[in-house]
Amino acid sequence: MSRLSDWHIAALLALTGIAGPLLLPALVTQFAFLWLMIVFAVTWDILGGRMGYNSFGNIVFFGIGCYAAAVIQRDMGLPYFEGLALGLVVGTGLAVLAAALLGSALLGIRGHYFAIATLGLTVASGEIAAGWNYVGAGSGMALPLYPGALGERELFFSYSLFAVAACCFLLCRWLYSTRFGLALNAIRDDHDKADAMGLRTTPIKIFAWCIAAFFLALSGGLAANMIGFIDPRDVAFAGATFGVWMVLMAILGGKGTLWGPVLGAVVFHITQEIFWTWLLGWQRVALGALIVIIVVFFPQGIMGWWAERRARREAA
Amino acid sequence: MSALLEVRNVTKRFGGVVANANISLGVERGEIAGLIGPNGSGKSTLFGCIAGAHAVDEGDILFEGAPIKHLRTATIARLGLIRTYQQTRIYGAMSCMENMAISAREAQGGLLSLLRPVPPATSRRAADLLAFVGLHEKREEKAARLSFGQQKLLEFAMALMNEPKLLLLDEPTAGINPTLINGLIDRLRRANSELGVTLLVIEHNMRVIMNLAHRITCLAHGQVLAEGTPDEVRDDARVLDAYLGVA
Repeated sequence: MSRLSDWHIAALLALTGIAGPLLLPALVTQFAFLWLMIVFAVTWDILGGRMGYNSFGNIVFFGIGCYAAAVIQRDMGLPYFEGLALGLVVGTGLAVLAAALLGSALLGIRGHYFAIATLGLTVASGEIAAGWNYVGAGSGMALPLYPGALGERELFFSYSLFAVAACCFLLCRWLYSTRFGLALNAIRDDHDKADAMGLRTTPIKIFAWCIAAFFLALSGGLAANMIGFIDPRDVAFAGATFGVWMVLMAILGGKGTLWGPVLGAVVFHITQEIFWTWLLGWQRVALGALIVIIVVFFPQGIMGWWAERRARREAA
Repeated sequence: MSALLEVRNVTKRFGGVVANANISLGVERGEIAGLIGPNGSGKSTLFGCIAGAHAVDEGDILFEGAPIKHLRTATIARLGLIRTYQQTRIYGAMSCMENMAISAREAQGGLLSLLRPVPPATSRRAADLLAFVGLHEKREEKAARLSFGQQKLLEFAMALMNEPKLLLLDEPTAGINPTLINGLIDRLRRANSELGVTLLVIEHNMRVIMNLAHRITCLAHGQVLAEGTPDEVRDDARVLDAYLGVA
């Protein structure tokens, strides 16, 4: 993709983010979820696409963000926005710490074994949260009410999630332009070779996961407040939905590419809404079929398919 | 000249198989040393032991006088000891230039030093070295799209990019077009003389190793069979036996 169209996409997204909720007030929540999906896909791609570590455990950091915000807002007795801010700070801090600790234990595992280990991590986290009375156990936690006027709350969270998604994308874009980005790719392409060339692979891998954890926890705290309620298995540690979707969105768009995860998130989110609207009752079946179609026909994702098509046309 | 690498009585077992039995050899600073031996004689295993890929069962390995046998591969690499693989290993989905950039010495630094773009000087050096091995025209191609021989050359260039003190090359000419082999010998010599890289080379092509190496060690059945100048090794009856079988 040329530089020009890069900027076109960026401008279009920025315009949607800023003007969309105002022009289409009925869709504000949809926009907010779209930005959340973009954060999911872009952060998943740091490990999954760039570093070759397919994680089904990234949702754990989202869940940590959800619960940290909820607990802080419940127990600290602060006004709404102060409580939210502190909750986000604590949540991101805990998530980054968790990523560093879990990373030093799990990132030594390669390939499918890493995927399975992280899947276990997600299931375990959900079970722990569902059995822990301090965080409401199986009945989850309710977040405090947004203090502003009706409708203002959706607007606030839509804009904040847009800001998180934009910052996350721009940071990743910068990271991939540095030697760090090349190091991630080197680990993906041949981990043993990267070791043999003297790269400090362990800190590189842990740092990459910490970045993903930071943005996931940030979006988690905001999303929990937007939804107003967190369920341990269906919202916070929702491995079967959010946890799988982030993988799918990145693959659909084209993992390891700059715009792929963003594109994948947009297409996925719109498709899902269409299913909900017109295929109600069958939406899960349709989603399942979509997953199969993605994996079978677009293993390279939309961006990969596009690049291949262009290469073939140039060759012809 | 002082010993850059010293292998002292190294033994490596895989279960009941003794791949390296009490092997001792030395590589002097600035030389090109050769390692030959029939298939399965333990050459690549010895490389693995030196580079930290295998844990040594007995014996010692000294690099610049300091023991390295307990160090990890990456740590050994950062000391300036780099190896290439018999089955070529490159970063397939990255372009040749990216392969080179991430192989530079500064890429071995800590996290903070990685959070910078590739400096123009590094890119220039990468392009120069790619030209040195004859891959300049392919520099923007994905490494996986290169032929096996070209990948071998890329791996060699990546190793040079790292500016190692000692480079272990595992069969650098295997899979390379015979017409290009003379060019490769010349490049290996120039890497040694102009870039000051000491080489330890495993090679099956006798013409290549006899032309290239200053000194040759021959392994058989995991043991050192003979050692000396190319002429001495070539004329050694035991070496002939090991390769051709006792008449």
